[in-house]
Amino acid sequence: MTLLDGYEPAPYFCEMLRSPANQPIRDRLAALSVSGVKRRAAAAEAELYNLGITFTVYSDKNAIDRILPFDVIPRVLSAEEWAHIERGVIQRVTALNFLLHDIYHEQRILKDGIIPADLILGNANYRPIMEGVDLPHKSYVNICGTDLIRDEFGAFRILEDNARTPSGVSYVIENRHMMQRAFPDLMDDIGIRPVDNYGMKLAEAMREIAPKGVEEPSVVLLSPGTYNSAYFEHVFLAREMGVPLVEGSDLTIIDDHVYMRTTGGLSQIDVIYRRLNDEFLDPDVFLPDSLLGVRGLMRAYRLGNVALANAVGTGVADDKAVYAYMPRVIRYYLGEDALLPNVETNICREPEALQYTLDHLDELVVKPVGEAGGYGITIGPKASKAELDDCRAKLLHDPANYISQPMINLSVSPTLVEDAVEPRHVDLRPFAITGSKTWVLPGGLTRVALRKGSLVVNSSQGGGSKDTWVLE
Amino acid sequence: MSNALLARYAECIFWLARYVERAENLARILDVNETFSRDSRGNQNWLSIIQLNADEKNFFEKHETASAASVLRFYIIDADNPTSITSAIKSARENARSLRPLISTEMWVQLNVFHNRLQAIQPAELDSGNLARLFAEIKQSCQTHTGITEGTLYRDQASYFYQMGRYIERADQTTRLLDIKYHLLLPKPTDVGSPVDVSQWNALLRSAAGYHAFRRIHSSRLTPVGVVEFLLLNASFPRSVSLCVQEVSMTLNDVKARYYLRGGSGAAESLDELRTFLRAVKVGEILRHGLHEFLDLVQRQLNDVTSLLATDFFGHTALTQSQTQA
Repeated sequence: MTLLDGYEPAPYFCEMLRSPANQPIRDRLAALSVSGVKRRAAAAEAELYNLGITFTVYSDKNAIDRILPFDVIPRVLSAEEWAHIERGVIQRVTALNFLLHDIYHEQRILKDGIIPADLILGNANYRPIMEGVDLPHKSYVNICGTDLIRDEFGAFRILEDNARTPSGVSYVIENRHMMQRAFPDLMDDIGIRPVDNYGMKLAEAMREIAPKGVEEPSVVLLSPGTYNSAYFEHVFLAREMGVPLVEGSDLTIIDDHVYMRTTGGLSQIDVIYRRLNDEFLDPDVFLPDSLLGVRGLMRAYRLGNVALANAVGTGVADDKAVYAYMPRVIRYYLGEDALLPNVETNICREPEALQYTLDHLDELVVKPVGEAGGYGITIGPKASKAELDDCRAKLLHDPANYISQPMINLSVSPTLVEDAVEPRHVDLRPFAITGSKTWVLPGGLTRVALRKGSLVVNSSQGGGSKDTWVLE
Repeated sequence: MSNALLARYAECIFWLARYVERAENLARILDVNETFSRDSRGNQNWLSIIQLNADEKNFFEKHETASAASVLRFYIIDADNPTSITSAIKSARENARSLRPLISTEMWVQLNVFHNRLQAIQPAELDSGNLARLFAEIKQSCQTHTGITEGTLYRDQASYFYQMGRYIERADQTTRLLDIKYHLLLPKPTDVGSPVDVSQWNALLRSAAGYHAFRRIHSSRLTPVGVVEFLLLNASFPRSVSLCVQEVSMTLNDVKARYYLRGGSGAAESLDELRTFLRAVKVGEILRHGLHEFLDLVQRQLNDVTSLLATDFFGHTALTQSQTQA
């Protein structure tokens, strides 16, 4: 049996079958047998394990390294599709940075009534400490992961902005390397945009945001440490940039400057790519018992003696409630319509939207605004009566904590399961780097919901990933 | 900046080298004992390994007697025993994990695979018929690590700390090996020269991979004094205490000079003193003053060197804990 025999994606939009640009790839896939591909996939997984490209799951006593399940059938984007996504992501990130600069300075957008002031100023992720702080290039979201989905009609829509410390880019590059080793025959002469220069682009942006007057800035990556589940990615990025991977205890502040402890004494640091959330950065300002950060870091930062990427306080902009206003934010700052539309969103803090949500609960997806990782979501059309009742009660108890969206049947991509290839739902997270200007890594992380029928692609909920090919 | 080495990395790579060296030495000792103990005193030799590592308390909490089976289990696969081979490689891998931005991918992958292999050892592999194969595999994996490191680790500051860790551990292991064996073997004057005795000294040399080298310089005689001299003072044998101390001393002086490091003077002095002494001293003199006392002194001096390195380079204060010395 060859690979695409009997593959039936209907009624969903299929990433592989619907694009004429994919014909050469479909031909090659059709020439492969399921058993042959399974064998190569198993070898590839063993290699990922040996390479330690893993995230760590902790039980009572043991740390278990798991690989992110990897599906070997690629997700392919045509040059035109990518050009559209790239423009849309740049527009989105530009607007996010305008928004952040504005709300921490003049707050014009609040005064003009485009976004309700209390939604921003009352937001748990709004950081008053950032008010009046000027950042190089007014660049707040230096690394952005924009979650895109594709609906039944093939239209790309933005589902979520990840403007804090988005993760997953290491898988994009490692997946590509894996495919190059395991399926060179599938890739030859296809013309796939490379992803290898992400580390260089990131390092370049880190130099661009260095404090003024620093000729050769020294950059570090700040990690919570080896026990963090994303530690592999921190290692990966530090290596790709060629910078030290430090932990909070490696750093110290003297006279409002940041230093790291080296064998030769203290060495000054100018830029920190931090993979710690705001609240762990500085026990003087945020969580007082955090051992992960550096005491006095925020003072040094506010004085402009060190750069942090992403900036402190970006979490307010990727909030699920603020998300609903993004099309208006884009129009306000850029005078343009959003190239990549949102998914229509009901903000349950608004009475009409709450009523609409309650009336159509079995058709809608209800999400808590503060959660990440796919937790706490109720998918109306798939929920039991009891789950819907539970969701209704939560909505009535704290409506401001929820948004609702119509259920979108995400596009599918052929995916290797047991002994066949079946359609599975996918999303796409492109990564954008912004120093003085924005650059988008061609492709991004395609996450795939491996459970049949599931729409939840998060790795914590049984999701895997695929290599994402952008054709030249 | 590009020349700077994070203090924590220096410590991690120093200990990475030590743990792998420790695992290799333990495999050597167990292997040789397995092969050479059965024709002589049985249990006593297994007890000596426990004494060598000062593990009497830990061991006898779990086991009543030091049988071959219990000692092998304790030192090969017991995850709760910090001095087991499995634990050493686990610690090596944990350090390697912290060092991943610094070390080569090949170093990491090999240690990762080695660690996973040890975690998966089956009980039957500890049966006497299979043990030699297992020890050979462990030794070879340690040596593969050493070879990959030699061939791929970028030769900046970190590689100097790696070298120092490796040779300090090796010197320490050789002193321990001599210490326990000498005590066990020599105090019975009646045994000297007997077939049993010769096979024990044979075993001692073999566990340090020194048998053939020893034969090249002492082709006709194998005496306890000769073996002690060889393992302590020989200037060319890669596992002799003298050679190891010399390596540590030279490496420290090199790294200080090449990277303009201010710290490390105390450790350098201490090593220089030890090196000079080892070069000048005669084996007879050592034995007259007591070998055990001498080995103990060397061990303490090596521990002091580690502490001085920790204070000067690893960012330790008097209060912070270092990784396990034992």
